[in-house]
Amino acid sequence: MSSRAAATARLVQQNSIVVLIALLVALAGLIEVIRPGAVNANWVSNILEFAAPLGILAAGQTLVVITGGIDLSVANVATAAAYIMASQAPFGVTRGIVAGLLVGVVVGLVNGVGVAVFRVQPLIMTLAMGLVVTGTLNVYSQAAVRSVPGVPAVIHTLGSGTVLEYVPVSLFLWAVLAAVLIIGLRGTGFGRLLYALGDNQEATRLAGVRGWQVLLTNYMACGLLSAVAGIVLAGTVNAADLSLANILLLPSVAAVVIGGTSIFGGSGSYSGTAVGALILTVLNSVLTLLDVPDAVKQVLYGAIIVLLAAAYTRVLGRD
Amino acid sequence: MATAAAAAPRTSGIRFGRAARRYGWTIAVYALFAVLMVVTLIIKPDYGAFEWNTLTLAALPLAFAATAQTIVVLSGGIDLSVGPLMALANVLALRAMLGHDLGYSLIVALIVLLEVTLAGALNGAIIVLTRVPDIVITLATSFIWAGLALLVLAKPTPGVPFDFQNLAQGSTLSAWIPNALLLLLVIPLVWIPLRRSRAGLAIYAVGSDRNAAFRSGVNLGLSRVLAYAVGGFFAACGGLALSMTTGVGSPLAGTYYTLSGVSAIVLGGVSLAGGRGGMLGPVAAAYILSLIPAVLIYLGIDPNYGQMIQGVLIVIVVMIGGLGVVLRRA
Repeated sequence: MSSRAAATARLVQQNSIVVLIALLVALAGLIEVIRPGAVNANWVSNILEFAAPLGILAAGQTLVVITGGIDLSVANVATAAAYIMASQAPFGVTRGIVAGLLVGVVVGLVNGVGVAVFRVQPLIMTLAMGLVVTGTLNVYSQAAVRSVPGVPAVIHTLGSGTVLEYVPVSLFLWAVLAAVLIIGLRGTGFGRLLYALGDNQEATRLAGVRGWQVLLTNYMACGLLSAVAGIVLAGTVNAADLSLANILLLPSVAAVVIGGTSIFGGSGSYSGTAVGALILTVLNSVLTLLDVPDAVKQVLYGAIIVLLAAAYTRVLGRD
Repeated sequence: MATAAAAAPRTSGIRFGRAARRYGWTIAVYALFAVLMVVTLIIKPDYGAFEWNTLTLAALPLAFAATAQTIVVLSGGIDLSVGPLMALANVLALRAMLGHDLGYSLIVALIVLLEVTLAGALNGAIIVLTRVPDIVITLATSFIWAGLALLVLAKPTPGVPFDFQNLAQGSTLSAWIPNALLLLLVIPLVWIPLRRSRAGLAIYAVGSDRNAAFRSGVNLGLSRVLAYAVGGFFAACGGLALSMTTGVGSPLAGTYYTLSGVSAIVLGGVSLAGGRGGMLGPVAAAYILSLIPAVLIYLGIDPNYGQMIQGVLIVIVVMIGGLGVVLRRA
């Protein structure tokens, strides 16, 4: 690698967030080229509205990936939380929301016990819990609820309402959560422990950290965030069916990877993931504008994620 | 590992201990299957050749999915696109076989095997060339294969030639040895020569310690691509098995098999860390996972519980496995 290339690589490494934002702007520019006038306040508002649930879902994923794990149950948890929220809402919206969030906490707790106490590989633990959650939800929907439950008005407003015409309500929630995550990861002991555990679990143990408590809490936080994402998503699409968030599993992982968090743990940030979620949402918008069949969209989406991840890995020299 | 066989003679105690460690899990899985079969016979005393045939048919695609995943995991990777690859093979086969005879169908099957093997190899090549982690690439390519499957066939279509279906659905030898059971022989036919070859050993080596394998002169990239290619081959077998057992080409048929395949290999004692495990365990696990829904139906329980129970079973199994590791360390 020539010295200039090395310098560029260093520059990109230190300012990856700038590069990501540039990519985001470039994609928006592409849309403007394809269909002049498409990029306006309304479009931005729409993008933010659809990026919010993904961003929140990917927030939980980021926490887990930083510790060197992965949570493949986030989408199932989000779906289950939304469904249970909607089906319990007739008995009181608060009860519905609490029930939905509880789903996330409980599944997160089980995931955490499996990974932190029983040392099960995160991939398999969360995969199996995803099966359990979906299976249980199917049984629940058959036994307790016959029709697809409606989404309460409050949640609908949370997911798709706007303030001042253009600012989505869900953006406020996302912004608050993002601020908590960004500050929490950098500025608190818990946050730094997550990086430490992801970087070298043995070293953290020797330093006297009770790693299992940190991991357990972390998986619970991930479950909770997934549940929040599911409830917001139910509001955005104004429906809570049995496969609501399932399509968001790959994007939740992709947003983290594109955002520059190492899948092996130990490094990364939520700000990157948030921009990653925006990029994926804009990408979806580009593909929608291209007016191609869903199947082609799916192929392109997968191919672009491969390209983005490859470019990113190459530039950052991660292995 | 295979190299252990060449070691100098030891006392029988050590040899027994090693054998127990090596095969203990596999034996336990077969014992679990046997227990489940006995339970099934108690629940349903008239369990006969027909029910056994149904079980072998249900387990056939899953056994291939598990085999596909096993070889990739042995090489230290993971392939989350096994299900979509199966669906791709399934719809490609239907598109080409529709309205043709057995001979033509068999040629189609061979071409589909080749195509999907290449798709698997492409998975591996992308992973090796881009150096992006397996899980990210195969999650992304799962979208690509699923999208391609939808392009080949937009919606589930029946029409797999009956003679081709009968390759799996009949019982040529005896009522208790259905063809679907015999088709599993494809696995050892490919796997045993591979495992005994340098390439097979290299796959184990890459999976158990990449650095050590590199320093021993193993071509890492090639071995990993080979593992993904063989994975693609078995995924294609799974897709063709779906064609035979269901008679339908369905672009969404594969979704279930990615997760269940991973479940089967974990239950079958293949270490997700790579380099450890064989094919016997996962195949038995595929039978166990297919037997559970059947048992639920015999018991009159809503088969919707099947997924839940599968998940719980896997959680319990991996926790017991994990507990063993924790206790050994303590």
